[in-house]
Amino acid sequence: MNDTLLKTIFGRLTLESLPLHEPIVVATFAMVAIGGAGLVAALTYFKVWGYLWNQWFTSVDHKKIGIMYIILAIVMLLRGFSDAIMMRAQQAMAFNGSEGYLTAHHYDQVFTAHGVIMIFFVAMPLVTGLMNYVVPLQIGARDVSFPFLNNFSFWMTAAGAVIVMMSLFIGEFARTGWLAMPPLSGLAYSPDVGVDYYIWALQIAGIGTLLSGVNLVATIVKMRAPGMTMMKMPIFTWTSLCTNILIVAAFPVLTAVLAMLSLDRYIGTAFFTNDSGGNPMMYVNLIWIWGHPEVYILVLPAFGIFSEVTSTFSGKRLFGYSSMVYATLVITILAYLVWLHHFFTMGSGASVNSFFGITTMIISIPTGAKIFNWLFTMYKGRIRFELPMMWTIAFMVTFTIGGMTGVLLAVPPADFVLHNSLFLVAHFHNVIIGGTLFGMFAGINYWFPKAFGFKLNETWGKISFWCWVVGFYFAFMPLYVLGLMGVTRRMRYFDDPNLQIWFVIAAFGAALIAAGIGAFLMQIFVSIRNREKLADLTGDPWNGRTLEWATSSPPPEYNFAFTPIVHDLDAWYDMKERKAVRPVSGFKSIHMPSGTGTGVVLAGLSVAFGFAMIWYVWWLAGLALAGIFGTTIFHTFNYKRDYHIPVEDVIASEDARTRQLAIQGA
Amino acid sequence: MSDTHAHDAHADHGDHGHGDHASHGTRGSYIKGFFLSVILTAIPFWIVMTDAFKDPSTAALVVMVFAVAQIVVHMIYFLHMSGKSEGGWTMMALIFTIILVVITLSGSIWVMYHMNTNMMPMQAAADM
Repeated sequence: MNDTLLKTIFGRLTLESLPLHEPIVVATFAMVAIGGAGLVAALTYFKVWGYLWNQWFTSVDHKKIGIMYIILAIVMLLRGFSDAIMMRAQQAMAFNGSEGYLTAHHYDQVFTAHGVIMIFFVAMPLVTGLMNYVVPLQIGARDVSFPFLNNFSFWMTAAGAVIVMMSLFIGEFARTGWLAMPPLSGLAYSPDVGVDYYIWALQIAGIGTLLSGVNLVATIVKMRAPGMTMMKMPIFTWTSLCTNILIVAAFPVLTAVLAMLSLDRYIGTAFFTNDSGGNPMMYVNLIWIWGHPEVYILVLPAFGIFSEVTSTFSGKRLFGYSSMVYATLVITILAYLVWLHHFFTMGSGASVNSFFGITTMIISIPTGAKIFNWLFTMYKGRIRFELPMMWTIAFMVTFTIGGMTGVLLAVPPADFVLHNSLFLVAHFHNVIIGGTLFGMFAGINYWFPKAFGFKLNETWGKISFWCWVVGFYFAFMPLYVLGLMGVTRRMRYFDDPNLQIWFVIAAFGAALIAAGIGAFLMQIFVSIRNREKLADLTGDPWNGRTLEWATSSPPPEYNFAFTPIVHDLDAWYDMKERKAVRPVSGFKSIHMPSGTGTGVVLAGLSVAFGFAMIWYVWWLAGLALAGIFGTTIFHTFNYKRDYHIPVEDVIASEDARTRQLAIQGA
Repeated sequence: MSDTHAHDAHADHGDHGHGDHASHGTRGSYIKGFFLSVILTAIPFWIVMTDAFKDPSTAALVVMVFAVAQIVVHMIYFLHMSGKSEGGWTMMALIFTIILVVITLSGSIWVMYHMNTNMMPMQAAADM
């Protein structure tokens, strides 16, 4: 075959694209391939493919989609964390003439992949997953506003994750840092496929994120139970609303800026190039207009979780509910007024820098107000130190430190010293791990019994907790010190041997975190094994306050047989106080949306499209795009979108619940 | 929209800020909107094609005013937005959007102006 024909068929994909010369990658591939083959074989052997397809992959049930988001996040956490521990090991080793074990080419991909995966495919799916699971239950709804869209959003996010994972074994990932700033990410300096993998993974996942944002905003605005006015909404629903508003407003900016970058790379426009009148600084400006709201997208839901947890485990109504709501709203607006603090050093004048420095300091005020609200909620409460509460307290301490270093970085002259140093790296890990991740662990421990009907094992949970928290401090406090000494980020090799001890301490911290992740997986495993003993038959294991605890654990497919009527902020607590009687008769058949495989098909085609665009396989790209449009149009003619749960089924599951509660004596 | 909510179970549903259905417009309002948008498109074309203004920046400004008017026409006649539609939510969303767009655009212009002045002397050198 001649070259042109090969090029037409395979684009720039050749045998050399397979990283066979990288022993680490080959070993990883072997492990993934063996593990994957084992998993497929096991699933086939136990004949669960049909079950997975019918009950999970094609499901439009917000609860199942929420769980799938979280599983995706946990899987990707393992990948993102392997990247992290590889970097820590490299930096601890590469001293005194030793080059470490990673080549520069590989190391640069590792830190880029770590950032991209942790933000887009760990933190985002965790946040979206918990919101998906909890919000409809908290507002007394049966599903989200657009159930099919929800399934589609999940699969698009998963498709983005698949594309990132592909880059590990076919070709390579970007070597640009997680925001792929031009001109480095332009075609002139990154001619290979890395940046294209980055672009298409984020564009495809971004569609999912944006649509799920639209979906949840519509759900919260339109589908609240009667009586639940805006100021009677649970605080987690409030922070979810603000988060999703931020998503809807911010993600189009990311889409647009990445689209411009891809035009630069694919058809030779000059938006961000050095020549032809392009301006790379515009990319930095635009991507941070998305990027700063993004950090609040990640942390606001965590704030909501901490509010629910603090109030539940202190046995008290949340202190300062309305101030909490207004603080969240203020953060939502101010999130758009601070983006320049990410590039103080790029050369804006004193007036611009001081404006954005001051707005950044101002945004810490509502955040600080929240901390005090949680403290006052705990004050004189009967605090139960269960796992969610432990994570919350660890958050309060850790996040306050991270917040203070953040305010320090908000001072432009200080930022000129600390910009792009390890101090910055320590700061944002401090707030993302201490804020978002601790929040997600609090949320997982808190809502797990709701989702699966049994609590998580406490011993392993505590081991995981202590490993994570202590490991975090060991891993990142040394980076603050190094940053203050002037060590910059993304370094592969160090000349000064005096620095090594700090990196060794940090690597030890990373090892502790690895133990924490292991203990977390162990916690899930042990809990599944002991699920009978840990079972929650009441549906309300923590003496909760919001509506999700009014349902059985796990809730029936339709969530609520009757839409609850809300009279109070803590609706479920109020019902318990008033001894509201659970309706046991008069059930009707329930109208529900039916599942569809269209989301999976569209996401699969999107992966094919992304892959084809990355490798310049134009025929496949055209085919996949035509497939996407065709499937979408075809789906609009699918009129079998709903069904009725027969009244007998509703009666059966509600009666089972009645009997269960009677046994409990509740 | 596939509303899976329990309309059947509760008579008192829908009175809490739902504000329910916005008007879908009449033939008259659509025709009015159509003609307004055609006129608002035609005038800028006329301005540009006949060089009605001597100064191009004045022309650009006037065209932009027409563009904004066009947006308002679309919102009122085609998107059926008013202070009352969807229980005030569309107006709220509009205000929020305007705030963000204003912040983003004015902020970017301000920032990029500074960047250009401080960081891009090459351009000035190239122009000489």
